[in-house]
Amino acid sequence: MNPFGLRIAVPRGVMMGSTLDALDRVGVDTSEVRDNDRKLLFEEPGIVTMRPSDVPTYVESGAADVGVTGKDVLMEQRTRDVVELADLGYGPCRMVLASIAGDPDPAEEALRRLGVMRVATKYVTIATHYLESTGRQAEIVKVNGSVELAPLTGMVDAIVDLTATGTTLRENGLVIREEIATSTARLIANPATHRLKADAVDRLREALVAG
Amino acid sequence: MTLPIPSGTRDVLPDEMRERHGVVAALRDVFTSHGYGEVSTPAVEYASVLDRAGVAASAGAADPRFRSVDEHGETLVLRSDMTVPIARLVSSRFADAELPIRLSYQAHLYRGIVPGRGQSREVLQAGIELVGAGAPEGTAEALTVLVGALKAVGLEDARVAVGDASIFPTLLAGAGVEDDRRAAILHELATRDLVGLEREVRAACDDATAAMLLDVASRRGGLEVVDALTDPRAVAATAGVRSVVEQLDEDVRSHLILDLGLTLKLGYYTGAVFEVYAPGQGHAIGGGGRYDDLLGKFGRDLPAVGFALDVDALHTALVGKSRGSWRVGWTTPTAIPSPEPVAAPTGGHAPIPGGGPTVHAPIAGGSKGSGPSSTEVSS
Repeated sequence: MNPFGLRIAVPRGVMMGSTLDALDRVGVDTSEVRDNDRKLLFEEPGIVTMRPSDVPTYVESGAADVGVTGKDVLMEQRTRDVVELADLGYGPCRMVLASIAGDPDPAEEALRRLGVMRVATKYVTIATHYLESTGRQAEIVKVNGSVELAPLTGMVDAIVDLTATGTTLRENGLVIREEIATSTARLIANPATHRLKADAVDRLREALVAG
Repeated sequence: MTLPIPSGTRDVLPDEMRERHGVVAALRDVFTSHGYGEVSTPAVEYASVLDRAGVAASAGAADPRFRSVDEHGETLVLRSDMTVPIARLVSSRFADAELPIRLSYQAHLYRGIVPGRGQSREVLQAGIELVGAGAPEGTAEALTVLVGALKAVGLEDARVAVGDASIFPTLLAGAGVEDDRRAAILHELATRDLVGLEREVRAACDDATAAMLLDVASRRGGLEVVDALTDPRAVAATAGVRSVVEQLDEDVRSHLILDLGLTLKLGYYTGAVFEVYAPGQGHAIGGGGRYDDLLGKFGRDLPAVGFALDVDALHTALVGKSRGSWRVGWTTPTAIPSPEPVAAPTGGHAPIPGGGPTVHAPIAGGSKGSGPSSTEVSS
């Protein structure tokens, strides 16, 4: 077990490298995790690895004490009962509303002439709340990947998706119309752990923030 | 043929039922020994009566979710909480009773669930309400009964997080924070978003005040977390918590974790708030607090405090299913240490009676859903 005595959920994917680097800096030896791409559970450093969107699930249930995931994931799963401890700063990206480049904006055109815009997204909760809060009627279409395809085929008028550099959007002829939120990596904790192991949680948080 | 039951509900078979009875009996003994009389109220109530509590909008999961219309067109709800029905009961049936009034209950509640989270629509709660006793004495009594109840069922390792719902409203009002800013800050606190809290607090206050508020919000531990406060505003706002703890004996204190940032989502709490945690359990297994404004809405203006424990969560904690630790051999320092989790309780009966099944061996894995049987528990 790591020096903090906490089970840490580490997100696989783009945030994994930065998260392991950050953990190395605070004294958690992550070499075993780096050497083994298929294993999921590492007893020695006290690390479990999973998709970022599963991190809140494990932390909420207490199967992991703390974890790192994106703010976008926490926004999408807003009813999860976890403590959001710190903004770790890395993994910056933006949640945006995008549509096919050109004037007029096809999404605005749909809203003006048809009264409703069709929007494809992986982030149904975020998209629904955003469009409701800005007073626009929308039909949300849930897709699981390659969201950029949806407007290109005419299935929808716009998409809500996460983008880091905007390259994929550009290459598919889409432009960002609105920025909904910005997201970075967050340290989260189980509410019971946050109290029962307050010292360890605070030490890890301070070390990671200082790191 | 396997016929379905609604998600979030389950059947309880004899082995589990016997153990559940043991837990309830141990709790009931503690409540009785402290002078609490058990009451039962109807599972269905008039929506118009329960709505007087004025908490429905803020209560979230505890909002009554099952409604129906009776033969006169009145809306009936299945109770989602016992505190509000007892507030109704006290003003209707104990209008002239001598104070304080000590009532206990064990009752099923009905709630809405979020699918896929292992939540229950039907929850068995056991708890007390102490009506007509103010802070700090009443709060101290409730905490003493609560810790006694946890020990009696064998959860010596459980801890009660104690906060005060009035700390932040008081501090924010004192700092002159406007109403809408105040609501935003309290929202971040209630949803436990410390990043959002810092953002909102820094936007609303000067640097020194912001630093003080963030410091208060993050303090968890023993009485020393209150002792270490230096800002006179924080010292004044936490005087209530201090006076409660000072009323308690050392043994009860050792089971508490003061958490100055703790707030609960139920809207009716006005002072001390509690949340109960057991090692290996990711969720709170009980909670409560002081609700000095609630009884007034039912026509009898009295201070009150109470708590409720989730009986099945207590049982799960006793069985020691610290998830993960038994599946892959993790050793969790705070896992329930004993393979026989039940200490001999007061009153001479074991909360979880030993011995084999009294009926034919149940269908494999019948009572607790899927997963390995308890023989695989490593400790």
